Amino acid sequence: MEEKRPAANLDLRGVICPVNFVKTKLKLEEMNIGEILEVLIDAGEPIANVPRSIKEEGHKIIKVEKIGGHFRLLIEKV
Amino acid sequence: MKDIDIKYDHHLEEQKKSKLEIEMKKGKKEVFDLGQLKSGGYIRQRQKGLFTVRLRCPGGRVPVERLKKIVEAASKYSKRDYVHISVRQSIEIPYVDYRDFSKLSDELGKVGQKIASCGPRVRVPTACSGCEYNPNGLVDAQKLCQEIDQKYFGIQCNHKFKISLSGCPIDCFRTNEMDLGFQGAVEPIWDEETCTGCRICGYACREGAITNDVQTGKPVIDRSKCLYCADCIRACPTNSWKEGRKGLVVRVGGRHGRHPMNGAVIAVFLPEEKMGKVIEKVIEWYNKEGKDKGRVRIGDILRDKWPGFIDFIKPVLGDYAIKNPKRPEYIKIHSFQTGWMPENSVIEE
Repeated sequence: MEEKRPAANLDLRGVICPVNFVKTKLKLEEMNIGEILEVLIDAGEPIANVPRSIKEEGHKIIKVEKIGGHFRLLIEKV
Repeated sequence: MKDIDIKYDHHLEEQKKSKLEIEMKKGKKEVFDLGQLKSGGYIRQRQKGLFTVRLRCPGGRVPVERLKKIVEAASKYSKRDYVHISVRQSIEIPYVDYRDFSKLSDELGKVGQKIASCGPRVRVPTACSGCEYNPNGLVDAQKLCQEIDQKYFGIQCNHKFKISLSGCPIDCFRTNEMDLGFQGAVEPIWDEETCTGCRICGYACREGAITNDVQTGKPVIDRSKCLYCADCIRACPTNSWKEGRKGLVVRVGGRHGRHPMNGAVIAVFLPEEKMGKVIEKVIEWYNKEGKDKGRVRIGDILRDKWPGFIDFIKPVLGDYAIKNPKRPEYIKIHSFQTGWMPENSVIEE
């Protein structure tokens, strides 16, 4: 399946919790429903917390990719 | 300056010494039954004629209108300018003259604020904020707390009987330190079909219970390590971790104080609607076994009569009873102290 093209992206590597989530949330608020946000976050605490919080906000995580020591998330704004 | 003299005994807890004689200077004499006062949440202070009035604040939740009235009443009847928040979430108004008791309780009563209790009875239940707004909460600890307060507060027991609720296994309300404690828990169930092998669950699990396959990323769960906290369920982007059984972990026989004891887990995933029955039955057993034993906490009786208790409570717990539950155990917190501490010896059954 063809990957949806991200409308925006955030590199949150090295950004601590919960700042990484807040930045993600703020970015999503600027975006239109259905658009995709690409986020890079660290393994460890960020990957344990951020997807959960995004999900609780009602957005959809459509792809999770592990690249070395970090993760690439594709989030669809709902 | 003093206008009253009080003669009192130091062992307030003993019924036979529980009379408090208060003599007014003008020759007027009144006798208060301390037992009765304590049942009403009036606690004698060092200062003559002054009491701390403990308010009934189940789960530490105080409606703002009541709080306003409490502030008003405290300003009026306390001889100090503060209230104390007790460790069990109740607001206490200190330095209240005993002659103001009825006026104080009448005023608070106008907004439905009741006085708590002390002494040998079911105390005001405590609880965390629960699932209503805490993202970690798995059960509505507040709702259950109010229910317990309505139905079981004040029931006479051998000794104090404390109940608390925690919404999740983080257990902020230390259900292991209570005579009876209830803590929320959820069993995770994995759906292979929808799982994309993203590995987030492995990172989300703080117990090391989930490991993801190196190649596929698909999770394997070691149930013996699971705490039933639902972190995996919340983290999963594809909802491949789902809620299985959900309910209460039940602990009994715990306490803090001089000789702390760790409560014993007797049930897991107990449905909320069965909680009341468990409370009733545990108190029934406690009052029966504690008869003529005086002031003894349920934990001590459980140490002696564990197999009998388990036989009694198992039918109430049904399928939710855990296999081979262990008795409550003493916890040694004063490591320098030697002598009195009973060993956690194995009782032959």
